[in-house]
Amino acid sequence: MQRIGVFVCHCGTNIAGTVDVAAVSESLGKEQGVVFSTHYQYMCSQAGQDIIKNAIAEYKLTGIVVCSCSPRMHETTFRKTAAAAGINPYMVEIANIREQCSWVHKDTISGTEKAIILGKAAVAKVNLNAPLTPGETPVTKRALVIGGGIAGIQTALDIADAGFPVDIVEKKPTIGGKMAQLDKTFPTLDCAACILTPKMVDVAQNDKIRIFSYSEVTSVKGFVGNFDVTIKRKARYVKEDVCTGCGACTEKCPQKKVPNEFNLGMDNRRAIYIPFAQAVPKVATIDPDYCMMLKTGKCGVCSKVCTAGAIDYKAKDEYVEEKYGAIVVATGFNPISMDKFDEFAYSQSKDVITSLEFERLTNAAGPTQGKLLRPSDGEHPHTIVFVQCVGSRCDSCSEKGKEYCSKICCMYTAKHAMLTRDKYPDTDVYVFYIDVRTPGKNFDEFYRRAVEEYGVHYIKGMVGKVSPEGKKLMVQASDLIAGKQLHIEADLVVLAAAIEPDKSARPLATMLTASMDTNDFFTEAHPKLRPVESPTAGVFLSGACQGPKDIPETVSQAGAAAAKVIGLLCKDKLTGNPCVAHSDEMMCNGCSTCEKVCPYGAITYVDKEFRMPDRTTRVRRVAQVNEAVCQGCGCCTVACPSGAMDLKGFAGKQIMAEVDAICR
Amino acid sequence: MKVTYYPGCTLRTKAKDLDRYARECAAKLGIELCEPETWQCCGGAFTASNDEIATKLSSVRALKAARDADTPLLTVCSACHNVIKRTNIAMQDTDFAAKVNTYMAQDKDFTTPYNGETTVYHYLELLRDVVGFDKIREKVVNPLTGKKVAAYYGCLLLRPGKAMRFDDPENPTIMEDFIRALGAEPVIYPARNECCGGYVALEDGASAEKKSKKVTDSAVNHGADLIVTACPLCRYNLIKNGSKLPVVYFTELLAEALGVKEAE
Amino acid sequence: MADMERKREQILRISGVNPRKCMRCGKCTATCPSYDEMEYHPHEFVYMVETGEIEPLLKSESLYKCLSCMACVERCPRGVEPGKLVEAIRLVAVREKGGDRITANDIPALLDDEMPQQAIVTAFRKYQK
Repeated sequence: MQRIGVFVCHCGTNIAGTVDVAAVSESLGKEQGVVFSTHYQYMCSQAGQDIIKNAIAEYKLTGIVVCSCSPRMHETTFRKTAAAAGINPYMVEIANIREQCSWVHKDTISGTEKAIILGKAAVAKVNLNAPLTPGETPVTKRALVIGGGIAGIQTALDIADAGFPVDIVEKKPTIGGKMAQLDKTFPTLDCAACILTPKMVDVAQNDKIRIFSYSEVTSVKGFVGNFDVTIKRKARYVKEDVCTGCGACTEKCPQKKVPNEFNLGMDNRRAIYIPFAQAVPKVATIDPDYCMMLKTGKCGVCSKVCTAGAIDYKAKDEYVEEKYGAIVVATGFNPISMDKFDEFAYSQSKDVITSLEFERLTNAAGPTQGKLLRPSDGEHPHTIVFVQCVGSRCDSCSEKGKEYCSKICCMYTAKHAMLTRDKYPDTDVYVFYIDVRTPGKNFDEFYRRAVEEYGVHYIKGMVGKVSPEGKKLMVQASDLIAGKQLHIEADLVVLAAAIEPDKSARPLATMLTASMDTNDFFTEAHPKLRPVESPTAGVFLSGACQGPKDIPETVSQAGAAAAKVIGLLCKDKLTGNPCVAHSDEMMCNGCSTCEKVCPYGAITYVDKEFRMPDRTTRVRRVAQVNEAVCQGCGCCTVACPSGAMDLKGFAGKQIMAEVDAICR
Repeated sequence: MKVTYYPGCTLRTKAKDLDRYARECAAKLGIELCEPETWQCCGGAFTASNDEIATKLSSVRALKAARDADTPLLTVCSACHNVIKRTNIAMQDTDFAAKVNTYMAQDKDFTTPYNGETTVYHYLELLRDVVGFDKIREKVVNPLTGKKVAAYYGCLLLRPGKAMRFDDPENPTIMEDFIRALGAEPVIYPARNECCGGYVALEDGASAEKKSKKVTDSAVNHGADLIVTACPLCRYNLIKNGSKLPVVYFTELLAEALGVKEAE
Repeated sequence: MADMERKREQILRISGVNPRKCMRCGKCTATCPSYDEMEYHPHEFVYMVETGEIEPLLKSESLYKCLSCMACVERCPRGVEPGKLVEAIRLVAVREKGGDRITANDIPALLDDEMPQQAIVTAFRKYQK
């Protein structure tokens, strides 16, 4: 028989405003097993916790019910209080009479009634609770960072700095990500390569960091502290450790007509290529879709010119298996396709480009060596129209764009407009905007400079149609402040395309059992208080995979994710969750149903000898739960046809007792 | 294949070519066009407002006739197609259909209520989705080689895109693919999905003139020899407002390529 | 005043348009081919219905300059569908007593030999009750 204490919290007026806490305390005092019941203004305060501790000693309590806020908030607090007073922490139950009661009810009568019912359910459960002891698991002191853009790079460097080994998995042949494609960065206009490439070199030279470039994560098993990950190293047909990155092969390869993805297809590369001069690792990769040797067996030029002997046409994909304690997702973003926005004539004219293409056109390492020239005829454009919000801020029913603001476009467009006016003062630059959103340090000042010092024409309105006529792009737009429809003869139109998470994010989230929102951005554990953690333990978020971000924000979040990883890897052991499944072997019929539904692979089957009543022995196949792997989700308990599977701390009879108490 | 064929009022009067070539080409392609004994004018314009019931009855009767004959409904004129397809979608809304069916119940031959069951094809959609442009290409006897043809979609075939589901409303390809299948070269020009001025021409010729000129100028600028359309009103507006290029119905182009036209 | 509020509600109900979805980007007006002919433009229709300025819209010639080309409906990023709103206001205007824009007697003077029937029936449907 339990001796239960009930502690009802006022939470200031949060609860007491709508719930008669004295009545709740009095009513619950009459429940079976309850020997003490009280209420107090702030149960989580030191004084409140002392009330609990004193009552445990005075009334020899064996179980505790706290009627307060959500267990997400203070269950840990009260479990610690109980443990300090000598009670097993799993003898504490929380009745959530704030989020689930006082905050959703307006009148005291129904609020109080519901609070009492929730309290009764908790008391009924504690009556059947048993002390539980969590197990411990060791922590693999190595981190995995998925994605090698600025987010992944910063996270990896910070983790390595703390002394832990880190692996970066990057699907492209080089790390660097989107930032490597940018020209200058707002609001300070320092060159992206100048600040990024030293970090890439740091990564390459750091002996704690391994780079798996041209690689993908193909499977993730295990749990926090103990992930088993398989990494596919795609065949690059060049021995990474032999290639010196001299580039001779990339000059001699006869296949010259491969669209260069680094320049967004605005020029061509060879079938064997190094994406850009500062690539890390600086080794060549053969593109199997275009290499004549791989496709037809006829060529072999690169092999002949390679003095290091690094070419290997027979290379195969390789799989690496590695253990990690923590995983950081840094899969980044891409601009959306402009296919569904052809009112802007992106598919009809080469001179309608996206902002990322504009970056390449102004980058010294780009297809025009940094000279701003029209892609169609190589002439200098004299009138440029920038269109903001293409595909951002669309209606949820829209079949075309995204509902969210892409956040970075206002600033990079201001940058593009300003730099164009600075370098080519004879150019007329128009920016069509719906709102200019520049919250950030020195951001609005930057945008104002574009207008006031550089004379960029900012027009409140939108472009409705772009019509390529002859060498011109006829832009039809609205100027809402002047109340006019404008017709501008432009030479170049730049579309600020919305950004979306990389396509690899969705399958990765499935592998990690990490949650995503409807836009395929990873969800954080708490939008304000745990912004760099996924709700899945041991999985952390860095950069634009969690939501649109500029570089300063990405770098700070990357550092924050690293700090969380370091905090985890510092521990030698992790305390597990004792509320795990266990199987009653006498009842188990070996049907494998639980094994099939378990999302964590925690259930295996063993053949076991059982003594029968007639003293014979019989071998039966029964389920066994790996308590270190089990997350206590309860799928198996529902699926088990013979009722053998149960969840510690949430046993079927405990749940039924709660239901009975509510229905009583 | 058998389809219920809805010609519409204009095809019986000012746009006889659009109708005649549609029928002759269908025969050549093995499609049996069954024109209902009676049909009424669609009204020329779909009224989107959800309290407009009477104006939709003629379209619903045509749709219902096709349903009862267990065939798709085929239209040729862009306006008929717009009205009938959008009416069909409106009829898939249970509440709206209930109101319309209450009216329809007063018809002599009314049997089963209509709830948007019929598949509505535009002639071009039938060519693309049922016959197949590859099949058309095989049947071409007079390939229109060397002809630069500007497809003029106008508004009615494409918009609203969510209801019409005809093609990408900003970057359609169906007429261009059709033109290619006939051996000609399509000309893609930005005004192909802009309005010719439509029915406003009746009251305000100057407004229509401005819009039509923009379309024909754009087609000329992009090097077209010829404009094709599916809409009698588009054709009227473009010609009336001084198109420098001939404007013909797509069915006439098809008839020429299939050798139907010269056989007459 | 109460009459205008009633008409505003009627317009919202029969069009199914929610003007509050508008984010004031002006793309409808940017794309409108009849901009020059119109006194009020698509975004103004949306804004004025939202703020309750119905009367000037009901009296405006702009109602008969809209081509119903649906470019604004297609291109609106917020799915506001200004073209449907214009149509509903025009319906409310022509449904008034004496609200017909044209009558059968007006037609012969407007015709020429080539004018297709389609234009006449469409104009009737749009302009007359």
